[in-house]
Amino acid sequence: MNQEWNGFVKGVWQKEINVRDFIQKNYTPYDGDDSFLAGPTKATEELWAQVMELSKKEREAGGVLDMDTKIISTITSHKAGYLDKTKEKIVGFQTDKPFKRSLQPYGGIRMAVKACKDNGYEVDPEIVEFFTTHRKTHNAGVFDAYTDEMRACRSSHIITGLPDAYGRGRIIGDYRRVALYGVDRLIEDKINQKKTTKTIMFSEVIRDREELSEQIRALEDLKKLGEIYGYDISRPAKNVQEAIQWLYFGYLAAVKEQNGAAMSLGRTSTFIDIYAERDLANGTFTEEEIQEFVDHFIMKLRLVKFARTPEYNALFSGDPTWVTESIGGVGIDGRHMVTKMSFRYLHTLQNLGTAPEPNLTVLWSTRLPMNFKKFCAKTSIESSSIQYENDDLMRVTHGDDYAIACCVSSMRVGKEMQFFGARANLAKCLLYAINGGVDEITKKQVGPKYRPITSEYLDYDEVLDRYKDMMKWLAGVYVNALNIIHYMHDKYCYEKLQMALHDREVTRWFATGIAGLSVVADSLSAIKYAKVKTIRDENGIVVDYEVEGDFPKYGNDDDRVDSIAATLVHEFMQYVKSNHTYRHGIPTTSILTITSNVVYGKNTGSTPDGRKGGEPFAPGANPMHRRDSHGAVASLSSVSKLPFRDAQDGISNTFSIIPNALGKDATVFAGDLEVDLDLNSEDK
Amino acid sequence: MKGHIHSLESFGSVDGPGIRFVVFFKGCPMRCKYCHNPDTWEPGGGTEMTVDEIIDDFNRNRAFYKNGGITATGGEPLMQIDFVTELFKKCKEENIHTCLDTSGITFTPNNTAKFDELIKYTDLVMLDIKHIDPEEHIKLTEQKNDNILEFARYLDRNNIPMWIRHVVVPGITDNKDYLFKLGEFIGSLKNVKALDVLPYHTMGVKKYEALGMEYPLKGVEAMDKSKAVECKKIILNGVRKARQERK
Repeated sequence: MNQEWNGFVKGVWQKEINVRDFIQKNYTPYDGDDSFLAGPTKATEELWAQVMELSKKEREAGGVLDMDTKIISTITSHKAGYLDKTKEKIVGFQTDKPFKRSLQPYGGIRMAVKACKDNGYEVDPEIVEFFTTHRKTHNAGVFDAYTDEMRACRSSHIITGLPDAYGRGRIIGDYRRVALYGVDRLIEDKINQKKTTKTIMFSEVIRDREELSEQIRALEDLKKLGEIYGYDISRPAKNVQEAIQWLYFGYLAAVKEQNGAAMSLGRTSTFIDIYAERDLANGTFTEEEIQEFVDHFIMKLRLVKFARTPEYNALFSGDPTWVTESIGGVGIDGRHMVTKMSFRYLHTLQNLGTAPEPNLTVLWSTRLPMNFKKFCAKTSIESSSIQYENDDLMRVTHGDDYAIACCVSSMRVGKEMQFFGARANLAKCLLYAINGGVDEITKKQVGPKYRPITSEYLDYDEVLDRYKDMMKWLAGVYVNALNIIHYMHDKYCYEKLQMALHDREVTRWFATGIAGLSVVADSLSAIKYAKVKTIRDENGIVVDYEVEGDFPKYGNDDDRVDSIAATLVHEFMQYVKSNHTYRHGIPTTSILTITSNVVYGKNTGSTPDGRKGGEPFAPGANPMHRRDSHGAVASLSSVSKLPFRDAQDGISNTFSIIPNALGKDATVFAGDLEVDLDLNSEDK
Repeated sequence: MKGHIHSLESFGSVDGPGIRFVVFFKGCPMRCKYCHNPDTWEPGGGTEMTVDEIIDDFNRNRAFYKNGGITATGGEPLMQIDFVTELFKKCKEENIHTCLDTSGITFTPNNTAKFDELIKYTDLVMLDIKHIDPEEHIKLTEQKNDNILEFARYLDRNNIPMWIRHVVVPGITDNKDYLFKLGEFIGSLKNVKALDVLPYHTMGVKKYEALGMEYPLKGVEAMDKSKAVECKKIILNGVRKARQERK
């Protein structure tokens, strides 16, 4: 047995690549409270002060401090970069220095050039020439294959945010494998996979063999990345510091190779805790030291940066990287999976201050230990930076070793991946149904020339009938555009390192998405329960609506309209499913436009619910702004009626509440009079 | 029987213990200057609902209210005492915790029959004492406070757990002597479980504007939280003194 594994409970994980088995056999559930946690060390405070200073400079420079315009980013492209080498316990940056964004042209050279140009930089003309003439990109491949109809849908924004000019992301490498096994063992495993492919060379087999070769090369490069920083990661990690460092090298290699729309980390805290527990027991490290490793690790994750265009940032309202880390949850054997490391990760919000990245996500279950729940609540109130996901719901389909990519996409780590599919604008689709495929803004015939609705007042059955036809058409164009996109991404911008940290047989979720759900639900409700009058332009195109009377609105726990929303999701999913999907992808859908709802709204005309053209949609599966008038529970209850089995890629609800509405302030409220009378007795 | 309901709030976290389903009743005889719900004053109107309809709404999301229950507030819920009694009776049949948020203004010391029935089904009363001084009370609310204080004693005699709520308004209810007196009154009761000092806020202003009404406390600033903490201490001191004297 590897000496690095001394003290670990043996299992099948030693014979095969099986991180879950290692975790289940070795982790220690923690039921205690947060009193063991350590504050930031001096080095941590100094490093973070340095980061804050650089962040300030970055803001002053207009959002970007430095960009690489000459070196194409690969796993080994840059020499080592540091904030302060003497203080950093976990090391590694995407380029040779912090805050310098790397050049990643494989997704699309035009996007890479534009990202630089918009920020005042110019990509080396030789590189532009090379990627225009000699080396094709993902983006070029997609546009070679797009149909006219797909292009039209794209420019009219009925399908939006397609990953056809940038990295698709949403793939989580099992970075823990690097720490547990060391890279040599992983290479050995991949060589064996390649040796045992099928031998008749169908195109699928050829592709597998080529991809495995790419994966093996990526793993060799990963070892070199370790060497650049002075580490030999060919062998397993021997303590918690190494485990974090090894794991981070795996992740770093991924973000050096891919500028993906979401580059999530996985589910690492409970895994890392096993090393921490061993080191604490052996006296290798103290709690302060372990928290310092975690703080430095999280600091690195906060500094992941990509070169992006202002439009991209506008779409996502910021500069997000979606470094999502999934924490907690419950195992299928019934033991909760909260460890001390779950606390330590969340504690970084205290030690380093609050931040949107990494996107710390608690896999919530009613069966999490009470002390952890309290700690989460406390940290949420203080930082507003924790995301919660329903583990009780997802564990049923994904087991206990899944993680969240981006904001809601769940997948088994190292066993499942996702083809990210952006969103179809179902609100605009409703307008197409009413106008017979004519876009309400450009007035162009984008959709099929189905019969438009000609009556002055909208009839529910008639609209619904037309709408179903239009959804069916939209699902077809949408899924087929995605087929092209993922074919080309695999071909020209393959995620070789991330896929090297996956099993041989990978389940591929074919993700689609819905924007404007609450707009459509309320629109159909208005048509059904109130009277909706159409207002037409000189050519008879409906450009506005007048709602006469009141109608049930989604977000008030009212089944009359909530059932419309639920049915909508189900039906759209049926239409998606009836299409062929690339590489045996299993169709899923999500309702999760967390920030891009503003842009979708901007590109959609007035809708029959009374929403005026250009006004934002509600985010994700949220009810429309100010239409939920019965409080949070009723609002959440409406959302919870949406069928998860039809929207397995996730349903998001953005919830904000003023602290005063969240409970009593203990300083003013004497919740237990007897206790308070005692407490303040010095005031006698 | 149907109640006149102003609105329902499915996520009440400041109107009694736990997460609560809050029923706002229409109608109130008081005209408190700082009232932030003037839209509930007028009796009648609103949505007419039966007890079963309210209980059904509650039960839809019952899991959320595991440590909470139903709170009747308003307005002054006891203007519809028969309905509230029926609602609470049904709640107890369904094992739902009941909380009544009231000013006590409708209490009739000489004829307590309806109140005797109501408190059979009431787990907790949040009694809002607007002002301890009889004259100041009239100035603030246009009503006398004798029956309100009598209601507190009545609840105490009947062993109904109470939370005392008191809004502290700069220049109106933050006078040290009055606060201390309020404390002494609370100290004379044995069933007060909690003291809820509510710092005055100006969130009601917009409602008055929307209703086309003059805001009575124009120019009065929101109560600073640290001052509210001081007020709480003074009240607690009053409670201590009264208790010592009782010994």
